[in-house]
Amino acid sequence: MSEVLTRADVERIAALARLELTAEEVTLFAAQLTNILGYADQIQQVDTSNVPAASVTTPSETVFRDDQPAGSLPRDLLLGEAPAADPAAGLFKVPRVLGS
Amino acid sequence: MTIPRTASAIRAAVAARDVSAVEVCRDALDRIGRLDGALHAFLHVDDRGALERAARLDRDPPANAPLLGVPVALKDNICTAGVRTTAASRLLEHYVPPYSAGVVERLERAGAVIIGKTNCDEFAMGSSTEHSAFGPTRNPWAHDRIPGGSSGGSAAAVAAGMVPLALGSETGGSIRQPAALCGVLGLKTTYGRVSRYGLIAFGSSLDQIGPFARSADDLATLLGVIAGHDGRDATSANRPVPDYREALSDDLSGVRIGVARALLQDGVEPAVLDAFNASLHELARAGAVITDIALPHASLAIPVYYLVANAEASSNLARFDGVRYGERVEAPTLTETYYRTRARFGAEAKRRIMIGTFVLSAGYYDAYYLKAQKVRALIRRDYDEAFARVDLVAVPTTPTVAFRLGERTEDPLQMYLSDVFTAAANLAGLPAISVPVGLSKERLPVGLQLTARPFDEAALVRAAAALERRLPMPRPDAD
Repeated sequence: MSEVLTRADVERIAALARLELTAEEVTLFAAQLTNILGYADQIQQVDTSNVPAASVTTPSETVFRDDQPAGSLPRDLLLGEAPAADPAAGLFKVPRVLGS
Repeated sequence: MTIPRTASAIRAAVAARDVSAVEVCRDALDRIGRLDGALHAFLHVDDRGALERAARLDRDPPANAPLLGVPVALKDNICTAGVRTTAASRLLEHYVPPYSAGVVERLERAGAVIIGKTNCDEFAMGSSTEHSAFGPTRNPWAHDRIPGGSSGGSAAAVAAGMVPLALGSETGGSIRQPAALCGVLGLKTTYGRVSRYGLIAFGSSLDQIGPFARSADDLATLLGVIAGHDGRDATSANRPVPDYREALSDDLSGVRIGVARALLQDGVEPAVLDAFNASLHELARAGAVITDIALPHASLAIPVYYLVANAEASSNLARFDGVRYGERVEAPTLTETYYRTRARFGAEAKRRIMIGTFVLSAGYYDAYYLKAQKVRALIRRDYDEAFARVDLVAVPTTPTVAFRLGERTEDPLQMYLSDVFTAAANLAGLPAISVPVGLSKERLPVGLQLTARPFDEAALVRAAAALERRLPMPRPDAD
């Protein structure tokens, strides 16, 4: 089932990831991703019937904590990290979201 | 008095006031100043902060401080409050975290002096440190060679003797592989052993922080400082931390070590194989029993790793959108701002986001991501079966010695294959160490990798201590 990725495929994936690629990157990634996914295809040969998928392999229990309010980092400090913010209003600022 | 070079000797000398923490700190800064122009192990040296901190330790030394006055370098994906943390990315070029990672708090309580932030592949994605947005690090043994990666700056800083200790992080081999290529000790801890609070996330089912050192004693001390529970990391294990220094021994009687010979058939350089076989001989002389084992699915670690890790990376790196922190490239609309800002990822980060996005996308999830997670379960099952018969599993850490800068940057798959022996421990969540065991003819280091049962880091420290007494490791000329 080895996938051959076309330039159109690469552009579609890049749009899902909100990545701007140059024309050269699109061409390069089409070849490289085809190559890497082709290599990864060897896992298709493995019989995994009756094998549960592992997400985390170290046994762990669900972690709970008491439902008590606790301290957090100051809002002003965190808003100060933003490229644009209105600290008085407690908001991040972004460019226009809807079309004009 | 000359300034000691090991963490244990520095701690003892500072505690006895034979030297001051400030003198130790100045000595480290001098060495970095002399050597780092050629090596570029550091992205940021915090001269002022480190000297102020050392002066405070001299004025008011804390009790029970196992790293009193010891300079420590941190990989630049570990957050330090008030000190720039870039993950070697243009997207975080000016980022100053508002908080410190859990491991940084622990280092400070232990009396350590954080000297600076080390170079790495962007967002810890790479095996050579060539994917740093700020230029590569060079191997202290041969400046035309890579130090490995992604924690290449930390490995090079320790190998060149700029600092006795450093922290790195692993998602797939990123501590052990550079440790092997730079000739130092590097340990990947059991998933959950060390808090990831404040570690910039890459592959969250895999990421762990771990130590670099030049002696098993120093490694054990640093591991003991950073290990332990942290409620701010939901995957942090709430179980006791042993005294790893009690494991230091040159006797391996009763230790059973398994070797999966079938893994060594392709692509392992003769120099690596020779040093590996010689190290097995020394382990046996120390009392270990060497037996053959099989890990039938371990050869699939790289394809599984690049599907799982990149799926997680594509999700984790979605947060770099130019809104809440980091760089923003201005554009007329929010959507265009996302695209323009994220165009500043380097080529490798983009490649991995693309692979990850693809394998999680509709129609491909089952065939790639889910299938990879099932093979991952089989890899772990192989180890569980092996650990019913042996205590440690041995393979070379890397198939080759350090390669030249530029040699593999055009061929991502070749780059990935330098982690062919390391990625399995990450997928299985197991602790593993790289121990320097020899040099090739061209004087490039070779590492032995040992993997242990979950939370049995002590067994790795013990074997490393036994090996270092039998195979003392020379130092690069920089020392």
